Amino acid sequence: MDRWRRPGLARGVLGGVAGFAVGALPIVAAAQLGADIKPGHGLALGYIGAQVGWLLGLGALRFWTAWALGRAADPVDQAAAHGRAGDWTRYFRFTTDHKVIGLQYLITSFVLFLTAGLLAMVLRLELAQPGRLMDGDTYNTVMSTHGIVMIVVALIAIVGGLGNYFVPLMIGARDMAFPKVNALSYWLLPPALLLIVANPLLGGFDTGWTAYPPLSQQANLGQQAFILTFITLGVSSIISAVNFLVTVARMRAPGMSLTRMPIFVWALTVTTSIVLVATSVVAAGMTMLLFDRLLGTAFFRPSAGGDPILFQHLFWFYSHPAVYVMAVPAFGAVLEVVPVFARKPLFAYRLAVLSFIGIGVLSFMVWAHHMFVSGMADYFHIPIMITTELISVPTGIVFLSALGTIWLGRIRFATPMLWVFGFLWNFVIGGITGVFLADVPTDLALSDTYFVVAHFHYTIVGGMVYGLFAGTYYWFPKITGRLMDERLGRAHFWWFTLAFNATFLPMFWLGLQGMRRRVADYPADLADVNLWTSVASSTIALSTLVFLVNAIRSWARGPKASANPWRAHTLEWQVASPPPVENFEHLPTVTAGPYEYGVSASGPVIRPGGATGH
Amino acid sequence: MATLGHAVDTAAERRMLLLGVRLFILSEVMLFGAFFTAYFVLRAQAPAWPPLPDLERPELPLVGFNTLLLLSSSVTMQWAVTRIGRGDAAGFKRGLLATLMLGTVFLAIQGYEFASNGFGISDGVFGSTFYTLTSFHGAHVLGGLLLMGVLANRARLGLVTREHHTAVEGVSYYWHFVDVVWVVLFLTVYVL
Ligand SMILES: [Cu+2]
Repeated sequence: MDRWRRPGLARGVLGGVAGFAVGALPIVAAAQLGADIKPGHGLALGYIGAQVGWLLGLGALRFWTAWALGRAADPVDQAAAHGRAGDWTRYFRFTTDHKVIGLQYLITSFVLFLTAGLLAMVLRLELAQPGRLMDGDTYNTVMSTHGIVMIVVALIAIVGGLGNYFVPLMIGARDMAFPKVNALSYWLLPPALLLIVANPLLGGFDTGWTAYPPLSQQANLGQQAFILTFITLGVSSIISAVNFLVTVARMRAPGMSLTRMPIFVWALTVTTSIVLVATSVVAAGMTMLLFDRLLGTAFFRPSAGGDPILFQHLFWFYSHPAVYVMAVPAFGAVLEVVPVFARKPLFAYRLAVLSFIGIGVLSFMVWAHHMFVSGMADYFHIPIMITTELISVPTGIVFLSALGTIWLGRIRFATPMLWVFGFLWNFVIGGITGVFLADVPTDLALSDTYFVVAHFHYTIVGGMVYGLFAGTYYWFPKITGRLMDERLGRAHFWWFTLAFNATFLPMFWLGLQGMRRRVADYPADLADVNLWTSVASSTIALSTLVFLVNAIRSWARGPKASANPWRAHTLEWQVASPPPVENFEHLPTVTAGPYEYGVSASGPVIRPGGATGH
Repeated sequence: MATLGHAVDTAAERRMLLLGVRLFILSEVMLFGAFFTAYFVLRAQAPAWPPLPDLERPELPLVGFNTLLLLSSSVTMQWAVTRIGRGDAAGFKRGLLATLMLGTVFLAIQGYEFASNGFGISDGVFGSTFYTLTSFHGAHVLGGLLLMGVLANRARLGLVTREHHTAVEGVSYYWHFVDVVWVVLFLTVYVL
């Protein structure tokens, strides 16, 4: 049984189980001896032990432990960790190649997307008719799990997936600044994701992804699974953000000045800056919540001087900026696609970059618009309303940058571009309805109704997921070396777009009628529209199967893609499809901006510093 | 491109690692910022501090002494960095060991203080904020000591040299940060 002797998945799982036992057993023993101990203590320590055992078994820490012990780095092992072309096993082990890690993130995200999508189907089944199919706790658990899993997808799919894969390529680097940290940030996730998906076994949780106390202090172990997952995700995204920022700051190819950086790289730079600053605040909030549950602290317990509103502040101080962690990468992907298919330079590139930065800064000043009905201090309402509405200025500029590029362009209506148009349509609806939630008087009426549900699905699905699909269809040939089927791509787009709009547009109306979100039942006179919504939503799920079939079929036996099938100017298209393991044989020298379509000589204006895999 | 584990620290790798450490410290600033925010919000809402009359705040002299210990450990750490920058491996080891010792004594005194305090973590918001802040800081001190233990081990094997000591600089940044957090913590939680 050779596989147990080498670091890898099998040993990782074994290590995880052993680690859980080591962590949890002392707690069990103490409980046997009559100590005042809850199952939550065992879960917390067991989980920490499981993470450590998992990472050790996986071999994720072996380079650092060797360094700490003063052993010389093993170059053979390092090369093996990087992997060589055509070796499929590197997708299933601790691999440091950013392209492998990007695909690991992408495929994990897609699996989670399908999982949470199925949960949404369960919700719509319950809501198809007034009355109840399942009990309230079950509904709440399904709703909460759908929410947090989709949030995870929205946070990691573009940044972790497309970002990891393409940022080094786009700036002309061979890898990220810290490849092992990069791999670690991915491999921290599986135990956490397993835990959150398994939360129904621990009794589920009914707070939604916001985990407000006091409910979250009283709820059962499933809630704690949520907290542990959330904190792990935070740690993973912080180290990943450090990695991105150092990579962009220090590893750009010669000539790749900041104003020649592709807009997608700029978007991720702003995004990861937000992650770096905001994430530890919510991690602290979740830690306090955990302590309130396990150690008897009183942070959010009013009976002992605590303040539940404080949790909401800490939560939204991260979680509003997190909306931009989801949206800005999608803006970046969209702006990346538009010039290529409009054959024009990106309109107002510098202003768009400044707007990204503006969004990043402003996103820290608006969090309390989620708390207008929470009972927070009154003097906070108007300033927060104003800053929230201010953020539509930079967002609008980004939107205009896309429109200005499309304007009078020679548009190629290929699949990636269709998703851009879908994005623009959805974003107008999501943006305009957001104004009503930013305005205090209208929000007081609309808060906690389906108007909110419709609004954030238009921004997150209509924005982030559309950006993700635009990027995926655009970069698929680069990743796989195969072209996707255009007909299926178009079918996917139109089907998804019609089904998505048919599902969520009526929800605005439901919200205006006062239908409450996060409740399993509703007044009988809303039955027809809810039935319509439920049917429409199930067709969204079916349309995703079209994508799945297209992706698998094209990957297996689609027509071979050339290095640059879209005739794009950015660096990732100047190497072979798929890119060689080392990305660039010789690092390129950049001599012009990335979007000079029709301005200077046609074709790539970036001169590789030598022979590359053209 | 790997930074750790290479035989020589190139200038580019040094710059990358140190930038990474600085950015990481920024996220740590926000972490402690959130705990301090909770502290100030809850304290501002309390009728008195400590809210319950039978709780007593820790005595200052011992903690003041402890503060001096941690401050001087920053000095010895910086001295160690300077020595290795000049190629003085023996001086570096002395500086590092002094820092390790000062940090260990700091933790020991804090443990003693925890044991002799007349209140616990579950004594309302006062105990909650006090022990959460101080033990999160203490955990960071412990983390720093572990890193220094690793450095000491590598120095023993002759692996820390003038050409190869970026990790020492990184740990020193972190240690100074932990020190600054303590000064803020001392001034707000103990003195104010
Ligand atoms: Cu918000």
